[in-house]
Parts: sequence; structure tokens; C-alpha cells
Amino acid sequence: MKIVLSNDSKLTIWEQITEQIKDAIIKGELNPGDPLPSIRSLARDLRISVITTKRAYDELEAERYVDSIQGKGSFVAAQDNAMMREKRLKNIENKLSEALIEARIMGFKYEDLEKMLRILWEE
Amino acid sequence: MNNILEIKGLAKNFKSFALHDVSFSLPRGYIMGFIGPNGSGKTTTLKMIMNLMRKDAGFIEVFGQDHVKFEREIKQRIGFVYDEPVYYEQLNLKQMTSLISPFYKKWNQSLYEDYIKRFNLNSTQKIKTLSKGMRTKYALSLALSHGAELLIMDEPTAGLDPVFRRELLDILMDVIQREENSILFSTHITSDLDRIADYITFINEGRIVLSEEKDRLYERYTLVKGGKDDLSEALKKELVGMSVTGLGFEGLSDHPIQGENLVIEKPSLEDIMFFHTKEQRHGD
Repeated sequence: MKIVLSNDSKLTIWEQITEQIKDAIIKGELNPGDPLPSIRSLARDLRISVITTKRAYDELEAERYVDSIQGKGSFVAAQDNAMMREKRLKNIENKLSEALIEARIMGFKYEDLEKMLRILWEE
Repeated sequence: MNNILEIKGLAKNFKSFALHDVSFSLPRGYIMGFIGPNGSGKTTTLKMIMNLMRKDAGFIEVFGQDHVKFEREIKQRIGFVYDEPVYYEQLNLKQMTSLISPFYKKWNQSLYEDYIKRFNLNSTQKIKTLSKGMRTKYALSLALSHGAELLIMDEPTAGLDPVFRRELLDILMDVIQREENSILFSTHITSDLDRIADYITFINEGRIVLSEEKDRLYERYTLVKGGKDDLSEALKKELVGMSVTGLGFEGLSDHPIQGENLVIEKPSLEDIMFFHTKEQRHGD
């Protein structure tokens, strides 16, 4: 698992943690049942407050990405297939929107973008 | 909540300085940064916890026990790193440690020796030849080697280079891997605390300005910047402190603020401290 925190991010530290863990789950880098580091050891590794780390885990638990088992730690939750699909679709949509913004800044036309997408697709 | 330290209504009067109604508490398992400018009452408060100075009023409980009545028992379980530790200057480290260690029932000699090695200290060096940074490292080695549950440190990073300051943060994070341990850490160098502290207690001119979770502070406070014309009377009322230059202004608000033309940023602990103390200077 990889977590990189940035001081320049608009997101708070705990949001950066939840976003990166969610990303890893959606991309399949983390699978259901995989253990997450304990709150205190993650706080140590990132050199951040225990409360901040706890908040990130609480949030992940509330959104059902993570199950916490008293005395055993936190694990990636079993993901509902339909929900997972939904999340992945959302993920693709987000990435495409990002690309669109860049393309508009560059003054691309829709056709240019389509051409680019086709080339990437066939690679 | 299970508090390792509880202070209520602490007061002390000196000729030129007084502590007024100092109250705050530290839950088990967390790090609290105790911040404030020089001379604001940080050291006085910490000395009173350790009963090195008598209080005039108020109560202090450590591990749920009165800090004077149970002083001996409590001190077994506290690691204290003092701004300027007083040792017998003519002794070397080994001799000094052999005088101190028998006091502690849970003294761990091999752990102590590990720290001495890790901090590059020489056991045969005389105390009087130690630099300020080396003294702090020695004090830390003693404080970390008797199974203390509460670490109280007065300005531990003063006189330390940035490399060791970072290492110290790692050591502190190691200490609280045990959920029953807590750390109270006074400093005026807030960058050390910006990330690792769970709670912040801010004292100024002998009074507690705030004591709360650090993340809540960051959510609450906003740093506002803008041109001179953007600083309306209404906006001034929203600010706890500001600084105006020929080019514009910068101010701190203790709640979220919005406004056209204004640059809104998240303040650092240093900003929060700076503007709170600045307001007082301008208030007269």
C-alpha cells in the first residue's frame, strides 16, 4: 500500500488518506480481506496525528470500504459487485472529465480527442 | 474519557507575572502540544505539574491521583525532559546515571544504553562539556528508560538541529504506539507539532487561549488576505488579529469566512499563535 501526503493539497490530511485508500480498493490494488496497518502504526509511518488517522479510518468504515474488528484491526471490506461497478464507472467518468478539462484548455476539438482515444485504445 | 492528566483552575502569582485559571486535560494515548510565546507560562505550568513549584490554587491530577499527595508514585511513571536540566556538572554520564537510575523501580539499563548509542552520546564524557543538544538527548535517554506512561517535555527541540528534531518526532510516535502512553510537549517552534500533535493547548500571558483537537482548530480557523480596500470595518470585527502593510492585510478569523477578492487559506499553528498574541499588543 502506498500513501503520499502533500502539504499543497486542497484536501485535508485525513481526506488524502481516505481518497488514496479508496482508490487502491477501486483499482483492485487492495482486495477484500486485506489487512490495513493499525491506526497507530500508520500515524507513525506518516508522522501525523493519531486522531487524524483515526478520522480517516472512521470515514472509510462509514462508507463501507473498511471493516474494523475490535482487537484485530482493520480490513478491506467485501465489496458489493454492483456497488463496486458503480464506483469504478464513477472513477472512469472522473478521469475522463479531467482529460476533458485539459483538452479544452489546449483548444482541442471533439474529433481530436476521439482520434487520440482511438490510438490509445488500440495500443 | 480516560485522562492521564487533568488540570483545573491552576493559579500562581508572581510579582510581575501570574497564571490565571489554567485548565486543560490530556487523554491517554495522545500527544498534546503546549504552545505559547516565551514567558507565557508554559514552563511554570509544567513545573507545577512536577511539583517543582507550589501552586497557589487549583488542582492537578496525574493518572487520576493528586500530584502532591502521590508525588513519589506519580514520578515513577513520568518521564520529564526539562528545558535546562540540572545535573552534577563534574560527573560523567555513566556516573550521573548510576545516581539517578536506582530511583526508578522499572529502570531498563539495556534500553538506556540503546538510546545513548542511538544519540551518539559518550558515557565517559563529563556533563559540563555537553552541548545544549547533547544535554537534551541525555535527558531524553533517562526519560525514556523507566517505562514512563506520561512524557512531559519542556522545549525539547530548542537547541537541536533539524535532523535530530525529525528523529525526535519518530521517537515520540514510537512512544505512543502503546495506547496507554501520552506526551505533553511544550514548544514555541510550532512546525514540529503541526503534524504529529493530536491536541493543542495555547497559553498566552498566563491564560489558556484554547485547548482542543488540532484538526478541529484547522477546520475552524481561517487566514484571510486581501488588498487594503478589502478590509472593511465589518470584516475587522470578524478577525481575532490582523497585520496591515502598505500593500494589503493579513488576518486570522476563528470561524470560516467568505468574501469576494479575499484570499482564504488554512492557517498554520504559527499563524494562529501569531495573530492571537498580536491582537493583544494592539488592543491597548
